[in-house]
Parts: sequence; C-alpha cells; structure tokens
Amino acid sequence: MNEMSSEEGYFTADGRKIGGVLMEMKNITLRFGGVKAITDISFDIREGEIRAIIGPNGAGKSSMLNVISGFYIPQEGEVWYKGAPRPQMKPYEVAQQGIARTFQNIALFEGMTVLDNVMTGRLNHMKTGLFAQALWKGKAEAEEVANREVAEKVIDFLEIQHIRKTPVARLPYGLKKRVELARALAVQPSLLLLDEPMAGMNVEEKEDMSRFILDVNDEFGTTIALIEHDMGVVMDLSDRVVVMDYGKKIGDGTPDEVRNNQDVIDAYLGVAHD
Amino acid sequence: MSAAFLNTLEVMANGLMAGVLYALVALGFVLIYKASGIFNYAQGVMALFAALTLVGIMEGQVPFSHLINAVLGTDVHHFGWHLPALVGIVLTIAIMVLFAWFVQQVIFKHLVGQEPIILFMATIGLAYFMEGFGDMMWGSDIKTLNVGLPQGGSFAIEDITRTWAAEGERYYGMYIDNLDMIATMVAAVLVGALVLFSQYTKQGRAMRAVADDHQAALSVGINLNFIWVLVWSLAGFVALVAGIMWGAKSGVQFSLSLIALKALPVLMLGGFTSIPGAIVGGLIIGVGEKLFEFWIGPLVGGATENWFAYVLALLFLVFRPQGLFGEKIIERV
Ligand SMILES: Nc1ncnc2c1ncn2[C@@H]1O[C@H](COP(=O)(O)OP(=O)(O)OP(=O)(O)O)[C@@H](O)[C@H]1O
Ligand SMILES: [Mg+2]
Repeated sequence: MNEMSSEEGYFTADGRKIGGVLMEMKNITLRFGGVKAITDISFDIREGEIRAIIGPNGAGKSSMLNVISGFYIPQEGEVWYKGAPRPQMKPYEVAQQGIARTFQNIALFEGMTVLDNVMTGRLNHMKTGLFAQALWKGKAEAEEVANREVAEKVIDFLEIQHIRKTPVARLPYGLKKRVELARALAVQPSLLLLDEPMAGMNVEEKEDMSRFILDVNDEFGTTIALIEHDMGVVMDLSDRVVVMDYGKKIGDGTPDEVRNNQDVIDAYLGVAHD
Repeated sequence: MSAAFLNTLEVMANGLMAGVLYALVALGFVLIYKASGIFNYAQGVMALFAALTLVGIMEGQVPFSHLINAVLGTDVHHFGWHLPALVGIVLTIAIMVLFAWFVQQVIFKHLVGQEPIILFMATIGLAYFMEGFGDMMWGSDIKTLNVGLPQGGSFAIEDITRTWAAEGERYYGMYIDNLDMIATMVAAVLVGALVLFSQYTKQGRAMRAVADDHQAALSVGINLNFIWVLVWSLAGFVALVAGIMWGAKSGVQFSLSLIALKALPVLMLGGFTSIPGAIVGGLIIGVGEKLFEFWIGPLVGGATENWFAYVLALLFLVFRPQGLFGEKIIERV
C-alpha cells in the first residue's frame, strides 16, 4: 500500500492522498533535570496522514506533542516544518503557523460558551486592527461574519449545535473533549495535534470521536498527529504509528508492522509499568 | 416633595458620583487581576504617577530637574511652555503604555507561574519604586491640576431642583459639584467603552481568553505577553482618568495614591474578577457611605466614611465570600 520513499506521496487503500513530509523531528532529546523524557527520537509526519504516537504511561508521548507545539523546548535536535528548520518559537507563534492542538487534561475557556470557545480558534484569522475595528465597522463586521460561518460549520460538523450557547463548565467530560476538538478545527490547521482524544470516554463516545477524526481527515485533508493509549483504536485510525517507551522510539511503521514488532509486544506485555 | 426628602436625594446623588469613581479605580484592579492573577497594589500609585506626569507635561516641567541640577550644576526647571490638556493627556497615555510595557518586560515576564503572594509582593515593590521615581521625576510638592473642567456647584441643577420642593418649604436647591458630574459621565463612558472593547474586539476576546485559561489561550495563538502589556496599559489609562478627576478636585499630591484604599472594599463587595461587580460594588459603597454618614453619622459623632465601606464589605464577605457576581465556590472533596 505504501512507497514511503517517494517524495510526492501515495494513495491509501481507501483512496486518500498522502503527500510529502510536512513535519520532521530530527534527533529530539528532552530532559527535565535528571529525567530524560525523550531520547534521540526522529520521525516525520506526512501531509494528509493520520500519524499516531503510542506507548505506555510516562513514555514521553505528551512531551513529544509539547515539543511539536512549542510548549517544551528540546535540549537537542531540530524540528522541521514545511521543508525548513523551525527556529525556536513560543507556543503562540507555533499556533499562528497553523498548528492546532488539544490537551490530555482538556484546556477550554470554562467561563465561555461553546460558540465563544470555538470562535477563539478564529482569533488569528481576524486581521482588522484595533482602530479599524472602532472606525470602520463594516469591515470588522464582514470579517466577523466570515469567521462566524467557519465556527458554525465546525459546530455542525461535530454535531454540537444543541449546546452552542451552553457555558463549557456545565458540559460533561465527553462533550468537553469534542468542544476542544471543535476549537482546534476552527483554526483550520495544517497540522492538528490530539493528545488522547478518547481518554476517559465510554465506548459509544469513543466510536463517535473516531468517526469525527476520520471524517476531518477525509473531508478537509487535515494532517493529524494523535496520541492514544489503546492499541486497538490506533490500529483502526492511523496510517502510520510511532511507538515510544521510556522516552525512546521502539517502533515506527504501519499498524501491521508495529503490531508484529517484538520490542513493541514486549513493551506492552512484558514490562509492568502500564 | 419635602425638603428632607430632597436632601436625601442630594446625598444619594453625591454618593452615586463618588461610587462611579470608586468603581473606576476598582476596574483597574479587576483588569489586571483577571488577566494575570496579579493583585496590583500599585494601582493607586499609578493614578498618582499619571496625574503627576500630566501636570508636569502640561506645565512644561523639566523631568528629574533636581537630579540634573545637582549633577550638572545647572539651574533648569521649566521648558517654558504650557500645553493644552488634550496634548498632555495624549502624551501621558503614551507614557503609561510605555510604563506598562516596562513593567511586563522587566518584572512580570520573569515571574510567570510564581505564587500569587510573590506577584503581590512584586507589586508592593513596584508601588514604592514608582512613588520614589515620581518624586524624583516631578518633585514632591503639591500641584494643582487644571484641565479646564468647571469647578463649583451647578446652578442649573440648583434652579431646577428648587422648583421640586413643596409649596412653603424652605429649600434652596441641590448642590451638585460640576466636576463630580463630569467625572461621573467620563467614568460611565469609559466603563461602557471597556465593556464594549472586551466583548466585541479581537483584543478584547483574547483578553477574556487569557483571563480564563493561559494554556488554552496559547494554543489558539494568543501572545500572553502582549495581552499583559495591554491590560497594564488599560489599567494605566483608568488610573490616569481617576488621577485627573481626583487631582482636579484636591490637588495632585501623595494622598492621591490612597484612592486605591477606597477600591478595596469595592472589590470585596463586587469580587476581584467581575467587571459588573466592580461597577455595582462601587455604586453601593458610594451611596451607602454617604447615606450612612447622613443618617447615622450625627448620632455617632461623624467620620463614618472612614470605616463604613470596610465594615460593609466585611459583613458581605462573611455571607457571600465570592462577591456579588462570583459563582459560589464549592470545594470538591
Ligand atoms: N513539565 C514536566 N516537568 C517535569 N517532568 C515532566 C514534565 N512533563 C513530563 N515530565 C516527565 O517526562 C516523562 C514523560 O511524560 P509524558 O507526560 O510525556 O508521558 P506520556 O507518554 O504522555 O504519559 P501518559 O500516557 O501518562 O500521558 C515522565 O517521566 C514525566 O514525569
Ligand atoms: Mg500524556
């Protein structure tokens, strides 16, 4: 099904186009004092694919996502984005480059409504300056309407119209996760990072979330990197998988390749730290 | 209407006007506290500093003249110009923005993630630094601030209200200070503008987002540092307005920085994070303390205005610690 070496990409079995390399992590090492959260890891993410990062608790998955999104700064290694090395950036600068994310522990604006939360995803698409907003109402309004349209589309897409006006603090956990995804989608990101989007959900919610992730990728061609604990879910969703254990990369390939990798099997069955 | 009733009305009107000014000062606190969790002890000194700067610029005072003369042996004091109030205000705003930027870059940028008590201590340091710096820059003598606002009572209001009294009552009309009325209108417009700003502009939205969750704000591309400079600038602007109103009335002097103490009970009443709370709290305290002084003051020997606000706020705290508009905090166990 794949020819990984070709720069111009390939088509998956279900007919989606996977393009060239969008992001490449090169020899990333991240330490917290004495703790090595990531040790010399390299991998890439291709345009249009769903790339999973899996591994037991404390393997360093979230740390890796935090490096990609600029929340953590690695001591060693380079991050390449769209074919060029990325200089050291603040998280908000990374976000402004079109990299959106969700958090393992959910970070929403609890005091705002669902719609307002999703609208914050549009902040960087609002170009009208402060004075122009005051003096030239028409332009600001047109921009607001356009952004509002995107937000409403995302809300429809994720089937959360019924809670549009509900303050997020009142929502149950599963819906909060969905609102967080909505806010990230409203950014219309070139790369979407999801840290355990299905954690803590019941089976039905997990199925819904899987479907949304697949649909996002399919309909908008959004490149997605996601972290997941559950091997089963990952195998169904992803095109390629990176497996981490104790901060090291122990496997990288298609779900089938990874499933049959002895190191991976050992990490998941042998060692009792999951 | 009876004269007694009209007198009560007059007291209430004066209370409302004082209250708007309290609300304005309290707003300065709320803006910064909401966005960064910093309780800015220096808010009052900022009002003093802004007023000093405004007078200095308008009167063409040479900043640091004492220091310059001592070091260089010169004798300069004035540039010899008098600038119109509007020019002075615009320049002062620019200086307050610069000050905001300085405070963020030099102090609070390095204290991100520190305990609230550390942040609070830093603002105490800032307050005393600014007080000294203001002295050094503009001198410590009492200055009169004249931005061309009318002084004295309003005859128009006196004339109108005199006709309200019932036949045969001895009533001379209400005494309402012109300056107070203008201060009230300006403060009301400013409060309205701030609310519009935070609800409808991109920066206002970003400000609310930062107030709610820093990580989430970063993840949608909001520059926290910029927002913090923005809220310190807004707080500086609010301080300037309060400084002008207070300074025009009682002169620009050290005691101006004590208006911050008037805002504390307002915050206790209205909650530290609520803009409507600051407004309503300010009005309640303004009206409350004037009425209390009017009715109860004579019975207890007066001077109740010094403590009434705090006692009211304290009582309120006991029964509603989250403030007027705060949500009830229920500890999860
Ligand atoms: N901010 C931090 N400060 C100190 N240590 C950290 C920090 N973040 C992560 N670590 C450490 O780095 C290691 C990897 O943590 P990380 O959260 O990346 O793991 P993970 O694979 O996401 O685990 P989980 O499946 O539990 O979410 C752990 O030992 C963790 O304690
Ligand atoms: Mg994690």
